[in-house]
This record gives sequence, structure tokens and C-alpha cells, in this order.
Amino acid sequence: MEDQKQLDAFEAKIASGVKIEPKDWMPEAYRKQLVRMMSQHAHSEIVGMLPEGNWITRAPNLRRKAILLAKVQDEAGHGLYLYSATETLGVDRTELLEQLHSGKAKYSSIFNYPTLTWADIGAIGWLVDGAAIMNQTALARGSYGPYSRAMVRICKEESFHNRQGYEIMMHLTQGTEEQKAMAQDALNRWWWPSIMMLGPSDDQSPNSDQLMRWKVKMESNDAIRQRFIDRTVPQAEFIGLKVPDSQMKMNETTGHYEHGPINWDEFFDVIKGNGPCNAKRLKDRKEADINGRWVREAAMAFAAKRVKEKEVA
Amino acid sequence: MSDTQLPVWEVFIQANPGIAHKHAGNVHAADAEMALQNARDVYSRRSEGMNIWVVPASAITASSPEDQGAFFEPSNDKPYRHPTFYKIPKGVKYL
Ligand SMILES: [Fe+2]
Ligand SMILES: [Fe+2]
Repeated sequence: MEDQKQLDAFEAKIASGVKIEPKDWMPEAYRKQLVRMMSQHAHSEIVGMLPEGNWITRAPNLRRKAILLAKVQDEAGHGLYLYSATETLGVDRTELLEQLHSGKAKYSSIFNYPTLTWADIGAIGWLVDGAAIMNQTALARGSYGPYSRAMVRICKEESFHNRQGYEIMMHLTQGTEEQKAMAQDALNRWWWPSIMMLGPSDDQSPNSDQLMRWKVKMESNDAIRQRFIDRTVPQAEFIGLKVPDSQMKMNETTGHYEHGPINWDEFFDVIKGNGPCNAKRLKDRKEADINGRWVREAAMAFAAKRVKEKEVA
Repeated sequence: MSDTQLPVWEVFIQANPGIAHKHAGNVHAADAEMALQNARDVYSRRSEGMNIWVVPASAITASSPEDQGAFFEPSNDKPYRHPTFYKIPKGVKYL
């Protein structure tokens, strides 16, 4: 039984904007939800390196290659910040990675789609990082200190990801007919998964009242999705691309875009493991872990040997 | 299964000359040298620092939040440690 007095103090703290720190008292449900969210977020950062990594060796020129390398390196960094923030809740990274590899933990549905052309790299930076920024700027105001600080740091790094993606798309739309078609095709394929990655619609995601009160969630999925759409549709129009939604229209009274129905069956199917690349992503992650194991063991053995040598000397 | 992820090191970065090192986060590494290199790659990709300290996380002892009151209380009943405790007549300067 959780002490009502502790719970009241905890909620009062959050209501007054004070952050919760790792050693502070917290309800078990709060801790559990954070571990779930933060580790899912961490996994998304490192699994997200795979579809983009696919194009590093085939970037069209050295400038693009250097940019893509830097971006993918940033994502590795994001994964590390988030794993270490999650570890403050008493779960170690080995355990978190095991949950990813066994399929027990999820990562963002978006990374289960393939990167078929160079334009997909543009679409990912523009749309996927763009949607992630919407989500992350909200989470930066969350109540758990280590998570919110990681988010602040990540948001600072994300805007370059977003811009480089848009720049890729812009250049393609200024190119040949084929290049323009390639950009439109990438937008066609990434648009719906991008707006779905912000999570199920509000009527399908239960118990968010408590999460909102505890500032684990800061805004509803639909609110974040709306903001993403409102910002992104004009960006597409500006470079002569069209979002693949025949029902998309501006509602002049509300000042917001209204979109057509979202195929949530597809979303839940991909989450369940049936997306085009789920199996490949997990296989690549597991192999990376197994192939890196001897390096970590050798590094530990070497460190131990040096300590011994120092003791003798 | 044992932890295969290497020990944790806390990272402190000095952003500019003359200011204190500030906690930036942590990294996993086999030894101090690797911890420094990882810290540079993870926390200073955009020249956020000019000097880095790494400390094994296991070497840090922290005060606990539950004891916060009792631990810091002794300083509250010593207002005479603050300059505002002392009443100095208006005409006296530079004091
Ligand atoms: Fe990221
Ligand atoms: Fe990113």
C-alpha cells in the first residue's frame, strides 16, 4: 500500500513544477510507466540508426555523406542519453537491451519501414525527425528530471536533423522530373507512417488522465499530431510536393488542417511485428550486440591487466 | 545474466575557462581512458566543453533526499553566517 501522504506530497510537487529526481519517492505506477516510455524511446533512437545507416555508403556526395554520418551519430548519442536516464530508475542497460532483443520492449513503429531511395533519407529527416521534435519538445517539460534534461539536450540537436532532411527534399524538387518524382514518392510512403508514429488517437489511448497529471505525458497524441500536420503541410506545398491525403484541407474557421481517416489497422499490425522490416531490424540489433561482445570483454580484460601491472610496479 | 555493458562513469564538463565543471551525464566504459573518449563523443560533439572529468559512478556517495531536512537543517539556525544578520548604521560606508 502506498502511503497517501507520500502520494499527495508527490503530486503537489509535480503540480508546482518541481522535478522528480531518481532517489525521490515515487509511485510504482509512475516508475513503471517511465521505464516503459523511456526505454522505448531509447530503443527507437538506436533502431532508427538502421534505416538511415543503409544510405551512408551511398550518399550522393561527400557533403551529404558527412551530414548523414553526423546525424546518425547524434541518434546513437540520443540512445545513450536515454538509456542512462532510464538506468536512474534502477534497470540496467543489459536488461533493457535484452527486453528489446526478446521483443518484450517496443520501439517506434516508423523504423519498420524500408529506405528504398535517397529521397527517403530526406523524408525521414523532414518528417520523422520533425514529428519526433513535436513529441520531444512536449516531453522536455515532463516531471522526471533525468528524462526532461535528456529531452532538452536532444531537442537542441534535432533541429539540424529536421533541416537537413527538408534540404534534401528541396534539392530533389529543384532537379529533374525523375528526382522530383522520387521526392514525391518518398513523401507518399512516409507521410502516413509519420503521422501514425505520434501514437493512437486519443479515444484509443486509455488512462492518460493520470499520466497527464503526473506530467509523464504532456499533451495528447492528437494535439501533437495536429501541430505536426499544421506545420508540415505548408512546408510540402512550398517545395511543390503534395501530402498523399485527398481529404486534407484547411478549416478556415479553426485555422487547422483536417485530415482524412488514418489506417490504424496498419499501425497496430506494424507494432505487433508485421511491418516490412521488423524482423530485419531486430536481427541487425541482435547481431550488433553479439558481434560487439568480444570487444567489451577484451576491453574489460585489458583494463584489469593494467590495474594489476600498476599494483606490481 | 551479468552486465555486459561495461561499468558506468559519471561525466563532468567544463564549458569555458574559469567556470566549474558541471555534471553532463554518464557513459559506460572499461577504463578511464575509454570513459574520456566516450564522454567526448557523447557529450561534446558541438564543442560544449574544453575539459572533461570522468568519475566511476561507484565512487560517488550522495546524501539521500529522505534525510534532506535533518541533513541541511543545522545551517538554518545560524543566521549569523549571513551578512544581513548584522545591523550597521546608515552613515557607515564600505562595510
Ligand atoms: Fe534522435
Ligand atoms: Fe533525430
